[in-house]
Amino acid sequence: MILHPAILALLAGSFMASAMLLYSSWFGIQIIRSWDLRSGSELQLGLEKRTYLISTIMSYAFVFQLVSLFLFIYTADSLCTLFVGAMCAAGTLNVNVYGYPAFILKLGNFILAGLWLILNYADNRAHDYPLIRKKYLLLLFITPFLVAETFLQTLYFLGLEAEVITSCCGSLFSKEGRDSLPLLYALPLVPMKLLFYSAMAGTGISGFRFYSRGKGAHMFSAFSLVTFMVSAWFLVHVIVLYIYELPTHHCPFCIFKKEYAYIGYLFYMTLFAGVISGLGVGLLRPFVKIGSMRSFVPEIQKRLALIALASYATFLFLAVYTMSVSALRM
Amino acid sequence: MAWIDKQKNILDFTLSSLLRRKGKNAALVCVYTVVVFVLASIMFFTHAIKKEAMIILKDAPEVLVQRMVAGRHDLIDMKYADEIKKITGVTSAEGRLWGYYYDPLFRANYTLMVPPEFKYQQGEIAVGQGVSRSAVTEEGNIMPFFGMDGKLTSFRIRELLSSESELVTSDLVIMSEQDFRELFGIPKNRVTDLAVTVGNPQEVVTIANKIKKQFPDTRPIIREEIIRTYDTLFDWRSGIMLVVFSGALLAFIIFSWDKASGLSAEERKEIGILKATGWETADVILMKFWEGTVISLTSFLTGMIFAYVHVFFSSAALFEPVLKGWAVLYPQFRLVPYINAYQVATLFFLTVVPYTTATIVPTWRAAIVDPDSVMRT
Repeated sequence: MILHPAILALLAGSFMASAMLLYSSWFGIQIIRSWDLRSGSELQLGLEKRTYLISTIMSYAFVFQLVSLFLFIYTADSLCTLFVGAMCAAGTLNVNVYGYPAFILKLGNFILAGLWLILNYADNRAHDYPLIRKKYLLLLFITPFLVAETFLQTLYFLGLEAEVITSCCGSLFSKEGRDSLPLLYALPLVPMKLLFYSAMAGTGISGFRFYSRGKGAHMFSAFSLVTFMVSAWFLVHVIVLYIYELPTHHCPFCIFKKEYAYIGYLFYMTLFAGVISGLGVGLLRPFVKIGSMRSFVPEIQKRLALIALASYATFLFLAVYTMSVSALRM
Repeated sequence: MAWIDKQKNILDFTLSSLLRRKGKNAALVCVYTVVVFVLASIMFFTHAIKKEAMIILKDAPEVLVQRMVAGRHDLIDMKYADEIKKITGVTSAEGRLWGYYYDPLFRANYTLMVPPEFKYQQGEIAVGQGVSRSAVTEEGNIMPFFGMDGKLTSFRIRELLSSESELVTSDLVIMSEQDFRELFGIPKNRVTDLAVTVGNPQEVVTIANKIKKQFPDTRPIIREEIIRTYDTLFDWRSGIMLVVFSGALLAFIIFSWDKASGLSAEERKEIGILKATGWETADVILMKFWEGTVISLTSFLTGMIFAYVHVFFSSAALFEPVLKGWAVLYPQFRLVPYINAYQVATLFFLTVVPYTTATIVPTWRAAIVDPDSVMRT
């Protein structure tokens, strides 16, 4: 293991977030089992008070998760000098088998935590906690993933050994080309562009339809998810090439660097904002008919749809802009 | 807009309530600031010194070749250089002469070096600022060295190396090749090690491999390896400092937990009255959130500013000895100020996150008090 301050920070942060979620899950189980709003028992009053605690914990955990996602990438990036053949985060994550799984879990957990907060927000607006059981079921669903993430991240960092000079010889030797990414398949450029633009168009059309007429929430969510995946794939295979102006460099992390004006943060943030709020629209759809929620759920959904549309539009604009100003022509 | 107004009002209330309990909060902010200060100093210092090392190493030769005898670094024959030059891809292979000298008079270690082109005569030297400070001498003076045979040889100091490069040149003594060889009795065709330059950076590893294969008694060291080793070393040192410091961090977390949960009767009453006048539990939690934010931000920023001053204006006077190492002739230099978002995020994770986590539950406890039970006591 490398005793790097940022690694210590990430490990400490992950352990705290896991502990917080485990603690919340424990009360989640109690709530699922014995929640009864009509009862005035001491247990029920206690549980009602606990819900405040858990909302607070989850909001904090969510923020930590967001910061730690970027800190994780940045740390991986700054550690690359320690490993032969690693030029940036892509190589460092490849140093052992736990790097990428931990990273992917981080992404997934971030989205799940965002969805939970949307559900929580809607539930708190209603006076009678109509979603309380579903909310805590979702929490119980998220917790194992977060614990797994902590576990994998710990294994990843524990498995890092810097390749320093040894006394027998300069270490070096072998281990070249770590930067290859475990990537999804790439298609030729034209079908990829076609797919990207049609996914964006689909999201745009279904989004406007939902926003103006309140119809097709699920379709919009599905489109958001597809667009998220297609855009991420398109980003790694196409957009970054235009950014680096290098047809062979597929790294999804170098765009976070100063050399590229930190443009990566914008790309990823808009993508995440898009998918979380897009999925949120569909997530809330079944609750429109619940009596106490009828008055405000459609309004929340509309706002989410707007956020999703704006985020994806920003992404699209950035993509088109970078591709058009780039000196690379393909 | 209504949302912003609400936050503004709650923040306003929070600030006035914090000011009403100056003493208690000042104690917390002080401890918090010290914690941030120490952590930030460690991180800024390591980062700056790493950067400094990188700048120096950037100009180092791509590959260094040392000869090893029984596991020890030994003098190398210039024959090796001639052979290495023949390897395809090698631009040049130069012999370097350098070594260390312990000055028994002033009890200091100097680094002696022969530059590729020495501009002064035999019997003349150039010395670094550190050497001139420790040996209390200056330009034009004479400096004696004990040779290998125990005889004193005197050299005239022709130049003091500029203080700009002091980090590198502090303990340096530069002399001519003949003087160096005579002083240490090094035979004509031997050198300390070889500096090999390679035209194409992608070939460095291959060439190092070839050298190793052709001359099994040598150790080729690639520049990237040196950088890597330094990096790890400094990371490790700062990590150790952090681990040592983690006890204090834990104490701080317990302290903040205790502060947050030990509400005075007056504070409890205040929350009770707020709730009786219509504040909800969520509002009280929000107020406590702002309270935590105010305290955290104040301490975080103050601690960082102090650390900045400490590291970049006083060269980390407080824990220089631990992080720098053990050299006697340590250079006096100002580190180049450098902070990035990454360091701030790491610091945030090491200080604000533990503080916040420790205060969530006490905050919530405070927020759920029953107004009537509090006001009645």
